[in-house]
Amino acid sequence: MNHLPLIIKREYLNKVRNRSFVVMTFLSPIIMIALVAVVAYLSQINNDKKRTITILDETRVLAEAFENTEHTTYTILSDTGYETAKELVKAKEDFGLLYIKKSSDTLNLVQSVNFYSDESPSVSIISNLERRIEKRLSDIKLQNDGVDIEQIRASKTTINIAQETFDGEKTSKIDSYLKLAFGGAAGYLLFMFIIIYGNMIMRSVIEEKTSRIIEVIISSVKPIQLMMGKIIGTSLAGITQFLIWLILGGVLLFVVSAIFGIDLMQIQSPQQEMINQAMASSDAQNIAQDLITGFVNLPILNLCVAFLFFFIGGYLLYSSFYAAIGAAVDNETDTQQFMMPIIMPLILAVYVGVFTVIEDPHGTVSTIFSFIPLTSPVVMLMRIPFGVPIWQQLLSFAILVFTFIFTVWFAAKIYRVGILMYGKKPSYKELFKWLRY
Amino acid sequence: MNNLLVANSVSKSFGDFKALNEVSIAVPKGSIFGLLGPNGAGKTTLIRIINQITMPDSGEVLLDGLPLKPMNIRDIGYLPEERGLYKSMKVGEQVLYLAQLKGLSKQEARERLKYWFDKLEIGDWWNKKIQELSKGQAQKIQFIVTVIHRPKLLIFDEPFSGFDPINASLIKDEILQLRDEGATVIFSTHRMESVEELCDHIALIHKSNKVLDGKLTDVKRQFKTNTFEVGMQSSNPEEVTRMIKEKFEVFPATFKNLNDDIKLNIKLPQETSSNDLLSFLTSKAEIHHFVEVIPSANDIFIQTVKNN
Repeated sequence: MNHLPLIIKREYLNKVRNRSFVVMTFLSPIIMIALVAVVAYLSQINNDKKRTITILDETRVLAEAFENTEHTTYTILSDTGYETAKELVKAKEDFGLLYIKKSSDTLNLVQSVNFYSDESPSVSIISNLERRIEKRLSDIKLQNDGVDIEQIRASKTTINIAQETFDGEKTSKIDSYLKLAFGGAAGYLLFMFIIIYGNMIMRSVIEEKTSRIIEVIISSVKPIQLMMGKIIGTSLAGITQFLIWLILGGVLLFVVSAIFGIDLMQIQSPQQEMINQAMASSDAQNIAQDLITGFVNLPILNLCVAFLFFFIGGYLLYSSFYAAIGAAVDNETDTQQFMMPIIMPLILAVYVGVFTVIEDPHGTVSTIFSFIPLTSPVVMLMRIPFGVPIWQQLLSFAILVFTFIFTVWFAAKIYRVGILMYGKKPSYKELFKWLRY
Repeated sequence: MNNLLVANSVSKSFGDFKALNEVSIAVPKGSIFGLLGPNGAGKTTLIRIINQITMPDSGEVLLDGLPLKPMNIRDIGYLPEERGLYKSMKVGEQVLYLAQLKGLSKQEARERLKYWFDKLEIGDWWNKKIQELSKGQAQKIQFIVTVIHRPKLLIFDEPFSGFDPINASLIKDEILQLRDEGATVIFSTHRMESVEELCDHIALIHKSNKVLDGKLTDVKRQFKTNTFEVGMQSSNPEEVTRMIKEKFEVFPATFKNLNDDIKLNIKLPQETSSNDLLSFLTSKAEIHHFVEVIPSANDIFIQTVKNN
């Protein structure tokens, strides 16, 4: 008798109807969006803040360096003493006073520039001031040497190297960022999915144990059927939740940015800055073109198929571990000692993915880790956008499947014995013994 | 074939611990079979083997003369000692689910569930969650789950724990009725009075070995000591007692009686019959009470376990 569909259905409905699941499903996107909106709003307020910086320039040659900008106004003083300037700044409640002392060698001011303020200024303010002075000084030096500044400015050029493989495929820097984004998203998604829903499976096994229904169920179905039913049912619930998040998140993001007029894209993550830098070097038309060719160049079909297989394979591999842990313990607090060996390879995979694959997607380290079954799903998914030979993908997947079969067998053994064991806090030694029961 | 279930020298070890050692039992069709033994004797392991939850290391279990197969799970209903249901699942859904796992169709399960709800006076629990029920109410649901697929073999592990006397007797009557309708019952308990009341066969497992089995009456016969409980009236009780004590082994007896002066347990030697004792006593005093002392299941249990 095959009860698997029945078990899957129960597990699925049980999860989906659970009140906290429903609340989490609908609340988390709202919370996430709210968080993003608040951060965006706050950073906007922060940017809107106007400040005035007073400059006391005894050298009388640097005033030109300080042009007012949107957020900063510069007041130049030259004939007052330091004490008077200080009083003035305090009275006007200016942000700070930049004091450039007269020096015997005007062009070497290393020791004679100071900034005074009530609060200590941020790094960006100081480096901005430094940059301005440096630029002005080097301009003066060049002028003194008889160089025409205008000429130098005019000589500046930008270059954008067009990349092409020997097979004639056009690539670009944008392309690499796109690949990185796709691979990273896929790997990270899998990582999150395993942690969230693996834990859910574990809790559901523990619940069955603590409510003692397990003996009734086990007298009707085989433990492995129950375990697989649980894993599949919970995963389907997880996919449902993910889809709802995706849709809801998209809609909410749209609505929020429409209502509040906050340009959410303004919040910059480091990756975006990298992309922006890449973009800065080419003009807008090129960027659009590169984006489109980048998209087209992505091995979309390969990506989708591989994503499906590696995602399922990796997820099942880890969730069978979670199920076995759930069966081995009596309550959630006892799970800690077994969690480490599961989380470690996952985190390792993400690190390898982030640090090595970006550097060199086909290097030795990335390649090796994309074959080791515990890390291969994450690392391989990150590598695939950069083009991985099919034989490597197949081999890696085959290794994953074999390991999966082995771990399910192993987990089922522990599960079978563990679900009927109470009151014992098992050690690894104990678990090993169970394999032979 | 008179035995529904036969276990032939079943052994099971967990690591170094031998949970069952060559245990054989035969459960006659239509009987209520008491599976007895102290805590940790191996009863639960045997029950789990019958339920195919665990596999025996050696030996075999036959149901209706054939080795147990996975499809036999629908022939067995099992009420474990550790009760449990999904706490946050609704009663109706839960029973339907568990019944379907036992091979019933949804429609069948629904009809039978209605029947049992009426029978056990369970009204509008269909949409209640288990956690909203009292312990006794949850036990009733568990009982229904055990019997809903009309199994040939019912295994009850401490079925009355958690029930008040009224519900306990309700459940007892249901068990007897199921037996009368043809089911065979294996009944594991520590309550000897219910063994006395219900079981016709027993087996006693102690320290992983079966130490005793058979028809309850046969077992009692085997354990009886040829002792009689006697109540008499006499004008000279001390004298009569002295005379009896000279001839037989005597123990004090306590039983309720209106006005007997002499209350004694008299143990007869093997060759002496009860009539010999009676004719000896009639000449001495007026006999009001004369009963053979039959060992209770409780006595048999304690004696067997102590002697092993």
